[in-house]
Amino acid sequence: MTDTPRAAGEEGPGPDKGYAPESGPGSDSDADSGSGSGPDSGSGSDKGLDARLVVHRGSFHLDVALTAAPGDVVALLGPNGAGKTTALRALAGLTPLSEGGRLRLDGAALDRTPTESRPVGVVFQDYLLFPHLSALDNVAFGPRCQGVPKARARAQAAAWLDRMGLADHAGAKPRRLSGGQAQRVALARALAIRPRLLLLDEPLAALDARTRLEVRAQLRRHLADFEAVAVLVTHDPLDAMVLADRLVVVEHGRVVQEGTPSDIARHPRTDYIAQLVGLNLYRGQAEGHTVRLDAGPEITTTEDLGGPVFVAFPPSAVTLHRDRPTGSSARNLWQCRVGGLETHGDQIRADLTGELPLAADLTTVAAAELDLRPGAPVWATVKAAQTHAYPA
Amino acid sequence: MTQPGKADAAADVLAGGDTRGDGPRRRAGAGPRRGAPLPLLLPALVGLAFLLLPLVALLVRAPWAGLPEQLTSPEVWQALQLSLITATAATAVSLVLGVPLAWLLARTDFPGRGFVRALVTLPLVLPPVVGGVALLLALGRNGVVGQWLESAFGITLPFTTAGVVVAEAFVAMPFLVISVEGTLRAADPRYEEAAMTLGASRFTAFRRVTLPLIAPGIAAGSVLAWARALGEFGATITFAGNFPGRTQTMPLAVYLALQSDPAAAIALSLVLLAVSIAVLAGLRDRWMTAAS
Repeated sequence: MTDTPRAAGEEGPGPDKGYAPESGPGSDSDADSGSGSGPDSGSGSDKGLDARLVVHRGSFHLDVALTAAPGDVVALLGPNGAGKTTALRALAGLTPLSEGGRLRLDGAALDRTPTESRPVGVVFQDYLLFPHLSALDNVAFGPRCQGVPKARARAQAAAWLDRMGLADHAGAKPRRLSGGQAQRVALARALAIRPRLLLLDEPLAALDARTRLEVRAQLRRHLADFEAVAVLVTHDPLDAMVLADRLVVVEHGRVVQEGTPSDIARHPRTDYIAQLVGLNLYRGQAEGHTVRLDAGPEITTTEDLGGPVFVAFPPSAVTLHRDRPTGSSARNLWQCRVGGLETHGDQIRADLTGELPLAADLTTVAAAELDLRPGAPVWATVKAAQTHAYPA
Repeated sequence: MTQPGKADAAADVLAGGDTRGDGPRRRAGAGPRRGAPLPLLLPALVGLAFLLLPLVALLVRAPWAGLPEQLTSPEVWQALQLSLITATAATAVSLVLGVPLAWLLARTDFPGRGFVRALVTLPLVLPPVVGGVALLLALGRNGVVGQWLESAFGITLPFTTAGVVVAEAFVAMPFLVISVEGTLRAADPRYEEAAMTLGASRFTAFRRVTLPLIAPGIAAGSVLAWARALGEFGATITFAGNFPGRTQTMPLAVYLALQSDPAAAIALSLVLLAVSIAVLAGLRDRWMTAAS
């Protein structure tokens, strides 16, 4: 069963049936037995995804290693153009792997398997629901292609739509669905082929802010129920952190950091991640409690480290002064200049240049009292206790 | 409804409006539009008259009183019937061969694709008579392939009804291919990818997803090809001859009747004019608004 999950028979609860609607929506026990009781041909390490995605296209080179166990939700996070979508297409077989790439899913090599034979479901960024088919027939499309008789495929599709809370919209054409509904139909369509790998490309990008919140919560539930590997691609750190158990940060076609959301939020290793999670990040050489930054002054930290380190602190840890403060307990003091000001709710984010470029958060009242405006000189202090240093 | 607005904007430009791009706002407050400059208006009107006059003459001189009689005469009926059958058959042939050809041109990449595309469109600009001669050399009794067709299968195409279909399809198919290829290029190929991730082979994806999506383009291309086949003259008379009941289609009948029975020729022409107008009306949304 492990080599051709797509060919799952119509009769009997095979291992691929774990997430099939017939086994009852949301019945976790079925899902568990499904993934555990099948004729397991390999060891436990054979389960799940083990891939090295190598794609060379012109001057762009992607080389991303990706492993995940069944039940994992992995987010590929990165700026636009980092190669996330290319990685996703390579997993789906829509973009061929270049020399040196490999792709194993549940122990079976998929490198040369054509897209239509891979047990891989995809939720596309703009969903790509077939506009000429109803929601029901969109979801039934996959099972039909696998040879399930029409009536049975439609019954399965109806169960999926019901599970997504869309039973009332089964007959609707995609153009009559709201963004959130279309997203759920797309998810149901991808899940209806009982994939062993579910791919989601920017699953929430096409939604407006209000729908997004609601759909994100629903998607999280559905992903938690999904017993095989899910990989989602996003440039939104919040989506990634809410939806995924593990983040893989990709920049310029390479993995720059990998870990749990909280780990990455606390220990960013690139400017991009630091910006995403809202931290000031610097790299330097530590000697005891002092870190000499590669570019700029020294920072005093509480950690006692040696060698190359990162130092991070949140913008809220920065205190601004108009005149050089005297008698401050802060160990770190820098002279800066206001580069720009941005309003975030009742907070103001000041972009500071000078000795040490950094971002500082302060209240609007404080900003008014300090008479902050672009070009104004300020002194910035940060207590050592609010910095965080960790080995690079 | 953006099209009326677009048409208005276009009309505005034609009427000498400035091109600052604030047309709608300016128009809302402006009075009657300024007229077109005479050096443009005059030739434009002459051109319009030139295109319309022959059609008006056809209507003016039509033997309206004897029309029912003319149109129900066995000769006319025979030619009309043959025309409808052969044009429809030629369209069917064009569909079966042309849609896959359009797909190949739009969705695959092979060396010399641009050249093949140019070859496909060649019959569009080739004089039909030349097409007929070429068909004779290829499929005639002594033709490159025709020779072999006759000896191996006993099939002769020239001067048969099947030959009419071949000649018409040769001339009409490029219209269909170009129309369908354009629609295919405009259609999002990622729908095919989505279908493939759902387990559809490339052919299934084409059949169940792409084909329904491009159906309007196929319909428009078919109507266009059908109209072209219906009016085919040069290639048909060269390759299939002019035998009443067998290869004499409407255009051939019109040409022949003009020498012996002008009234019948006019009656037949009216029928073809009516068909043309019907085709134009059918393609109205696609072609007439596309130009605005």
